[in-house]
Amino acid sequence: MYLSREEEGIYQGEKGETLRRMMEILVALGDIYGAERLVPVRSVQVAGVSYKNIGEAGLEWISDLKGQVAVPSILNPAGMDLCRWKEMGITEQFALKQQETIEAYRKLGVTIDCTCTPYQIYDLASRGDHLAWSESSAVSYANSVIGARTNREGGPSALASALVGKTALYGYHLDEFRRPTFLVEVDADLQGSDYGALGFLVGRIVKDGIPFFRLRGAPTGDELKALGASMAASGSVALYYVEDVTPAPPAWQAEERISIGRKEIDEVYAANSGEDADAVALGCPHCSSEELEKIAGLLKGRTVEKTLWVCTAKKIAEAHPDLVRTIEESGARVFCDTCMVVSPATERFAKMMVNSGKALAYLPGLGKVKAGLGTMEECINVSLGRR
Amino acid sequence: MEVKCHRVASGAGSGPALVTDQAISFLGNVNPETGFVVDPAHDLFGQSIAGKVLIFPGGKGSTVGSYVIYQLKKKGLAPAAMINLRSEPIVAVGAIISGIPLVDGVPEEILRTKNGTLVEVDADHEMVRVSEKID
Repeated sequence: MYLSREEEGIYQGEKGETLRRMMEILVALGDIYGAERLVPVRSVQVAGVSYKNIGEAGLEWISDLKGQVAVPSILNPAGMDLCRWKEMGITEQFALKQQETIEAYRKLGVTIDCTCTPYQIYDLASRGDHLAWSESSAVSYANSVIGARTNREGGPSALASALVGKTALYGYHLDEFRRPTFLVEVDADLQGSDYGALGFLVGRIVKDGIPFFRLRGAPTGDELKALGASMAASGSVALYYVEDVTPAPPAWQAEERISIGRKEIDEVYAANSGEDADAVALGCPHCSSEELEKIAGLLKGRTVEKTLWVCTAKKIAEAHPDLVRTIEESGARVFCDTCMVVSPATERFAKMMVNSGKALAYLPGLGKVKAGLGTMEECINVSLGRR
Repeated sequence: MEVKCHRVASGAGSGPALVTDQAISFLGNVNPETGFVVDPAHDLFGQSIAGKVLIFPGGKGSTVGSYVIYQLKKKGLAPAAMINLRSEPIVAVGAIISGIPLVDGVPEEILRTKNGTLVEVDADHEMVRVSEKID
């Protein structure tokens, strides 16, 4: 791989041991994937935040690093609400380790916002920008809806990009690897969680392929967020297109066609009923302002009978204290910096009802918690004890 | 015997060879507290990788495996060096963050090295020396 003189100097250790190793990571990945050179990134979203995932070894590694990030960098969700972890039922021992992890990132100059939806709170990406983002749904949104370019980075490689300010130029950074491989024709009117169900189906079929959707209607930003998130969980889709909605792909020809109708979508709900759930969680990916508003509207003046979590980014919650108050007056909780997928607090429930195809795909494997799928309205009805 | 290779993670290290033709998932296959291979389904089950030159085709499994390698290093239980046919990101990143020499791009015959043979890995000069002839 070609390195500029400055990059070569860092690789040889002229700017210290941390940067030398960070550069070594970028070069190793570049060599593995056949990159010609490095490219500057506009922003970084770092994975490896939940202590549940990284453990003591990960924490030690991050704590040992010295330096400052070279580009705006923010974090993936953590294992708990950084302020209200007690209310989540998180142990003191875990909370201490999680706080240590956050402090280690703060020391490196990473902005302490833990969210899977960085694009909802900051201007970190525009069309054509190169990025090094980690969280799979954020990667999908950045590539597909924003039209930026990022691979799905692991924790160390994202942090390497943050400190060096560059990434290796391969994969989704190049047009050649951004061509659709499947044409997906959907003959049904979809809304809300239907997009999560659709993604849940399509991700399983296309795996790491690139689907191009032909839909009847135009999904909203939140619906695109849900579609991408669930395909990244049931498969490992990092880029998709929706005809006349998202930025268009480079010239392509479909290798395969998939047809999906109302029947297939309804089967996902039927096979994953959530009515017997003992808890309900919304906000996977993190709720937008619009979603908070909708949830507040459905809960206003009512009282929940089951645990109901609403997960969002702290910046979103802080911008809408009135909506948060309305939601919490019902007995529901608005948790920030975390979610049902990454928090160990989820493990005490037997079954969780969600409106997210992503949570539906991940909960049984990660937290050994059964999952049911419903629309936002159905989820809230279950939490209110209505059938 | 000397073999040319490709540097993935810098440094040099030597030790007795521990060889498998199976991929290794550090998360799950190796106990980070002891350095022993704990998966009964793996070729190397019951063996310690500490201080060895670990020769295997490449890594697989969860990216958390990179941190497992780091944890082994911190506990003094990491391999002295590693040799892959073709490195993938999990082992490459794990080796780099841990400071364990790692090379790849070696001929497949390297997998026929006998366990215990002294092997020297010089990643910086992209050279592997095997003290006995591989047959």
